[in-house]
Amino acid sequence: MNHLLALPIVLPAFMAALLLVMHRAPMAMARGLSTLATLGLFAAAIAVLAQAESGTPLVYQVGNWPAPFGIVLVADRLSAFMLLLTALLALAVLLYTVQGWDARGQYFHPLFLFQLMGLNGAFLSGDLFNLFVFFEILLIASYCLALQGLIVERLRATLQYAAINIAASSVFLIAVSLLYGVMGTLNMAHLAERIAHVRTEDVALARTAGLLLLGVFSIKAALFPLYFWLPAVYSNAPAPVAALFSIMTKVGVYAIIRITTLIYGVEAGVVMELTSPWLLPCALITLALGALGAFGAGRLAMLTAYLTIASVGTILTAVAIGGAAAFSASLYYLAHSTIAIALLFLVGDLIGRSRGDMTDQIHQGPQIRRAAALGLAFLFAGATVAGVPPLSGFLAKFMVLQSAKDAIATVPVWTVMVTTSLLMLVGCARAGSIVLWNVTEPLPVEPAHAPRAGEWMALGALAACSLLLVLFAAPIKRYTDETAAQLLSPASYVDAVLGPQRDGLVRPHTAGAFR
Amino acid sequence: MELMIAIGLGIITACGLYLVLRGRTFPVVLGLSLVSYAVNLFILAMGRLAAGAPPILSPEATGYADPIPQALVLTAIVISFGMTGFLMALAVRTWHQTGSDHVDGAEPATVSRPAGKS
Repeated sequence: MNHLLALPIVLPAFMAALLLVMHRAPMAMARGLSTLATLGLFAAAIAVLAQAESGTPLVYQVGNWPAPFGIVLVADRLSAFMLLLTALLALAVLLYTVQGWDARGQYFHPLFLFQLMGLNGAFLSGDLFNLFVFFEILLIASYCLALQGLIVERLRATLQYAAINIAASSVFLIAVSLLYGVMGTLNMAHLAERIAHVRTEDVALARTAGLLLLGVFSIKAALFPLYFWLPAVYSNAPAPVAALFSIMTKVGVYAIIRITTLIYGVEAGVVMELTSPWLLPCALITLALGALGAFGAGRLAMLTAYLTIASVGTILTAVAIGGAAAFSASLYYLAHSTIAIALLFLVGDLIGRSRGDMTDQIHQGPQIRRAAALGLAFLFAGATVAGVPPLSGFLAKFMVLQSAKDAIATVPVWTVMVTTSLLMLVGCARAGSIVLWNVTEPLPVEPAHAPRAGEWMALGALAACSLLLVLFAAPIKRYTDETAAQLLSPASYVDAVLGPQRDGLVRPHTAGAFR
Repeated sequence: MELMIAIGLGIITACGLYLVLRGRTFPVVLGLSLVSYAVNLFILAMGRLAAGAPPILSPEATGYADPIPQALVLTAIVISFGMTGFLMALAVRTWHQTGSDHVDGAEPATVSRPAGKS
């Protein structure tokens, strides 16, 4: 029994509850405890990654109830990778917020930790219903985080965001219970095993459930045609929260990867590769519309929000191509885009704060102080997202392009990806040159909220992560390669969860067996 | 019994969907609650419908009801209740702050005015 796997969920939950109880404690204490918890999560993520690297997925049976009867937490290579990415991003965002921003909204730290708990739980859950529960936890925390400050635009955007996600949760529950009705289980490993033996009259229901799940996860991931909620929410949310949200769309991507490889994967028999006819066209359209939106954005935050959509499009393009090389490329791209987009949100915030009333609108405005440093930061972030060599975006896009070389859809994938890279580059260049060079007045006074040293450090940490992705590209690529291989042989996941001897459990589920 | 439940679910879902697509926040919240009621019943129905059957072991029972959907539905009710409450509070706050209970946070432009006048 490996109790380590409970830590990424229990630690933030406990700390968040503690911070809620002592909400009258001085801010320094809340910051200290929150930092301690996030550092703990980082250490736990590294420990999980070190153990998951052996190739056997780690399994934790909650309450020692054996799977598939109890709830399991599973950490394979993919989950460990996502945990570490979440912890890294959380550390950088926390460093940015503790410089004073966190004192503006109430309960920032508990909400932040609840958000991390939901994210970690979603990545570790080995059970579809638990995945639903953790989705709800991360969503309710995200509504409250997006509302911090309660200005009108945030209320408006969050109301629509909450409504669409509550509707999506209903669809999620329909899909989950449909799968339960057909398969008699919700444990993902157990589902993977049973779905190959689904009875012929139930095939249509199993397919329906799979496509409903794809739809729900597409809403979370912001895949065309279900992305319309994202630009308003991300561009109106406070910048550190938007930076944290750059991992939120990736939860949807993670869930899509999980169900398409594990449940509806290569061993699923009649329902195998259910999603592939839908995923590629939708992903390419998402990418194209995201790049176009970035090109026409009126604010820096809106530019970054559309670049988030484009990044989801790229990752899911690679997922839709399928195969080990494409999965590996998609994971590398996922890590790169999460970090680069968070960086761009934070840089945009610093620039916006320096411009007084003009905020981050991409329009002629006053000259800003520290234009060189902020401009360089924006240049770095924009070039990374757009994919200029030798930055991480270039490597990531190159891997995706290379993995599409032998696919059927090489021409559309290459055309869309290369064209959108140019569009994103021009979009970022346009935004940067208007905001930083198209200036009216001489040097203005010091802004009310000048960038602080800690905020620069947060930016530096994210930029360093992005550079490390390039410097250590070979070991990281090796890890994602092995992760892709593990994803494509779901048997190891199933064996780890259910144990190698399970003849009694393999029989196909017969409906109404209870009577 | 299956037919009755199925027809009932269909009617509730249709009413819920109609309300969700309305332009004001209150009908939307009502619609989302109706849809979540339908979903809860659907979860229960997916464990197969059985009347008078116990969900836990008992010596004199001849058949059992599936206990898992009952546990799932309990969780789903709690979550949808909390979410509806949150959405309601958010809708009221938006209405107070924007002066409009439209889902866009602003009254829609009603009639197009003649050209030349604004």
